[in-house]
Amino acid sequence: MSQIWKPSELVHRDYDSHPPAYAPGYKTSVLRSPRNALISLQNSLSEITGPIFGAKDLDPLDNDLIMNYAKDGLPIGERIIVHGYVRDGFGRPMKNTLVEVWQANAGGRYRHKKDKYLAPIDPNFGGCGRVLTDENGYYFFRTIKPGPYPWRNQASDWRPSHIHFSLSGESFAQRLITQMYFEGDPLIKQCPIVKTINNDDAIRTLIAELDTHAAVPLDCLAYRFDLVLRGHRATLFENRTQGAV
Amino acid sequence: MKDYLAETASQTAGPYVHIGLAPQAAGFNIFEKNFSHVLTNSHTQGERIIVEGRVFDGSGTPVRDVLLEVWQANAAGRYNHPADQQSHKELDEDFRGWGRSCSDFDSGVWRFDTIKPGAVTGRDGRTMAPHLNLWIVARGINIGLNTRMYFSDEQTANESDPVLNLIEWEVRRNTLIGKRSMRGDEVVYTFDVYLQGERETVFFDV
Repeated sequence: MSQIWKPSELVHRDYDSHPPAYAPGYKTSVLRSPRNALISLQNSLSEITGPIFGAKDLDPLDNDLIMNYAKDGLPIGERIIVHGYVRDGFGRPMKNTLVEVWQANAGGRYRHKKDKYLAPIDPNFGGCGRVLTDENGYYFFRTIKPGPYPWRNQASDWRPSHIHFSLSGESFAQRLITQMYFEGDPLIKQCPIVKTINNDDAIRTLIAELDTHAAVPLDCLAYRFDLVLRGHRATLFENRTQGAV
Repeated sequence: MKDYLAETASQTAGPYVHIGLAPQAAGFNIFEKNFSHVLTNSHTQGERIIVEGRVFDGSGTPVRDVLLEVWQANAAGRYNHPADQQSHKELDEDFRGWGRSCSDFDSGVWRFDTIKPGAVTGRDGRTMAPHLNLWIVARGINIGLNTRMYFSDEQTANESDPVLNLIEWEVRRNTLIGKRSMRGDEVVYTFDVYLQGERETVFFDV
């Protein structure tokens, strides 16, 4: 990589923009959340480094969910492009970040052996993809808009349409998994998983906007979804005396 | 904070995390190249070890839909990353230092096939005992949990480790020690994680 790396610490995570571990409206969190406070570390090499991914880890169709599992035709559903930029908190582009996505099909059914929802599998849709951000932090993939999905929380709960996102960043402390929602979906404000976040500004950052300028006429619509990872701050001074190594 | 963008909010990975991060575990083949729980190839330097365990919820039930990632230094104690400038330690081109493992849907057991890492220099030049950095996501976990596994046969190094010594409740330090045993001629470290309750594992805000 051409970039010159210096060991530098990450800006401390602001937990006000994240859901708490214990969020009883989302019932599974009750028994899966620690009761003790997290112990805060000052970063060492273990946190400011992380796995590096390259083009050789991927295949060319990995970011095309319309084609990457097509067997005897195209998948059924709304054809869309999802694209955007990954930046750090200082606005710097996050280059070469691995973006992995997964989702249900147009009817809200996941291709997973544990999903028993009665909506059918689409034989031409797998539901996962991955891509590396470029020099500007930009990524894009093409897919079918996922359908809403019922789940056992309260008996009448439905997930809004969503795409799961996983980002590697440059360091293990930037590792993030989140979900992208679609502008205008009335299920967003009812969802117990969305509502684990007690901050409307933070919720808004998870809602992709319809982006007609990026749509391909007579082919597919587009949504814009930007993401922010924690920033690495510059190390300007070190506690080192004159002459010390 | 002036001109600082808020980090994108975390959300749970959900029960079908395997579709995106380990599609073969979800039950289908889609990518030609897959990430896995095996960190080594035949050229990787270092002592081969297996690290395995289960993750338990607050009722003592194994979490059977959990996904873990490991990040670790090579046998010489150097990370395969440009920010690691410990130039007196050799890089191992055959070791990325990262892997991903899904628990078995029936038993809840997860596993990594890796090498035992060397010691890494920590803050202020203090040596950290050999350790694995682990990141845990699952349904019901709203933000990924960070922890470390240390090695039971490194007692002296563990006693002076700067991170273990940050934990003021000495009784909790033991939750981070993987227990070494032999299984045939394989070296196995068992590391069970307790999300909640009496034996709750220490989790870090990194």
